[in-house]
Amino acid sequence: MNNADELMTSHRQSVLRWQRWQDFFFEKTTLVFALSTLVALTGIIVSLFVSSMPVLQTFGLTFFYTIEWDIINSQFGGLIAIFGTVVTATIAIVIALPLSFGIAVFLTETCPMKLRRPLGTAIELLAAVPSIIYGMFGLFVFAPLFAEYVQPALASTLGQIPVVGILFTGAFNGIGILAAGLILAMMILPFIASVMRDVFEIVPPILKESAYGLGCTTWEVVTKIVLPYTKTGVVGGVMLGLGRALGETMAVTFVIGNAHKLSPSLFSPGNSIASTLANEFGEAEPGLHYASLFALALALFVITLVVLSLAKWMLSRAEAKKGLKT
Amino acid sequence: MSNMDLAIYARRKRVNLIGMVLSMSAMAVGLGFLFWILSVLLLKGFSAIHLSMFLESTPAPGSDGGGLANAIVGSLMIVASCALISTPIGVLAGVYMSEYGDRSRLASITRFVNDIMLSAPSIVIGLFVYAMVVVPSKHFSGWAGTVALTLIAIPVVVRTTENMLKLVPVSLREAAFALGAPKWKVSTSVVLKAARSGVMTGLLLALARVSGETAPLLFTALNNQFFNMDMAKPMANLPVVIFQFAMSPYENWVKLAWGGALLITLTVLALNIIARVVFREKVAA
Repeated sequence: MNNADELMTSHRQSVLRWQRWQDFFFEKTTLVFALSTLVALTGIIVSLFVSSMPVLQTFGLTFFYTIEWDIINSQFGGLIAIFGTVVTATIAIVIALPLSFGIAVFLTETCPMKLRRPLGTAIELLAAVPSIIYGMFGLFVFAPLFAEYVQPALASTLGQIPVVGILFTGAFNGIGILAAGLILAMMILPFIASVMRDVFEIVPPILKESAYGLGCTTWEVVTKIVLPYTKTGVVGGVMLGLGRALGETMAVTFVIGNAHKLSPSLFSPGNSIASTLANEFGEAEPGLHYASLFALALALFVITLVVLSLAKWMLSRAEAKKGLKT
Repeated sequence: MSNMDLAIYARRKRVNLIGMVLSMSAMAVGLGFLFWILSVLLLKGFSAIHLSMFLESTPAPGSDGGGLANAIVGSLMIVASCALISTPIGVLAGVYMSEYGDRSRLASITRFVNDIMLSAPSIVIGLFVYAMVVVPSKHFSGWAGTVALTLIAIPVVVRTTENMLKLVPVSLREAAFALGAPKWKVSTSVVLKAARSGVMTGLLLALARVSGETAPLLFTALNNQFFNMDMAKPMANLPVVIFQFAMSPYENWVKLAWGGALLITLTVLALNIIARVVFREKVAA
């Protein structure tokens, strides 16, 4: 009897020990996989930095603010591409912001309940369309119409205003910085709109109902209650869209015109970091040209990293508000 | 009620009306754009789709006819191997974040990094894989493309897995612990099982995301004019073929590009819709 008990206890102990080992092993395995993204991020930064070393040694930091891009004479400066990236992304945000705000307001306030889900899904599907499709659409369908109708109209109206007018002059090609910005705006619109919708939904209903009870109109509720309550989340969503717009490659490559020129006009073709990489990396010879492209990629990665980190930080602050419902 | 009050009311109503009309027009612009893109794709794509598109390989420059068979097979192989690699990594990483993550600082850093990698520029990931895989092995390959897509897919899988596992009620875990089950068994056969349709949704969304990615494949899988099923060699794939053909001066190439574009968009949209249906069934259950 006693013997059997001891046998049981020792058996149980060995099972327990075995299970503890299994648990330990399981935790560490999942940990290793969880660390893979962290390793990838560090790896990306390190490898971009190492590969762009030759350029940083030759030109130093001047690489990031000079405009020469002369492959034959090995003179490289990244300013045109960096400028193009920033300008197209800014145009995209300026256009997408009011549109996505309108969509989010519609989906959370005015849209009939039955339609909210299908219409929300439709907007999310716009985000799912691959970027190369936006590019083809931009080049073959949008650009010809843009050159024929929109550019002349812009040139004869905004183009006539002194100072600002210079932005809207030049040949009506259809493709160029402005066209790239417009296509980008359509691409990031669903991202911003769905983040805004999500943060608008965390506003405690009692706040909105109180405002409605006092006789506020929908517009007043949105601008005076919802927006102030969710402003960090909204800014976070916009930054998320900006991060997307900065790094977008295919849509931009098709419509930006791929010219290494710095021009004050938004109608003129230009280049962004991503489109330069897509066009030139395949043909680059090892050496300075190759390293310059890596340096551009490094610049792009660092810029988006900063923008996305800010976005994430703001969104997590907005999320924290959800906890303290008043 | 004085006249001034009435004037203020009228003004507030007018502002509200303008705001609401603008918000509805924004919605109309968004929807209109979606339908515009889809209708252009359907119009141009359907006229390009023939049986030969699925049977013949990509044509040489200047020659007539041809299809996308090699690109379709290449894309399927690259995306399938990406799914096979990113599923276990992403799901297990998600398990760590949700089951062990609340008490480790490492997990919150990883969560932050993961969310950044979700929107990291895909072309930079392509360059990274070029430097890491293509340069040492000295040639472009289907595997390099797979690695690049896997790096893009993993954050999507991790994010959704974590979110879905967190929806599983704690009482379910506690019940299993009370029966004496070790933690790994609770995580795999109770929590993961309870959240399986949610995890499935994440996998489908990740697949939808990578099927349309072009930029990371440009310098990794490259392209191949011929039919090839060897992943160690450069491999044709739909997005890169679409990119090259759409930019080309040949009419039949551009036509094939539209056919491929329709094919890829329908696949991606179908994956998205299936993911949503799977998820809704889970919520209903």
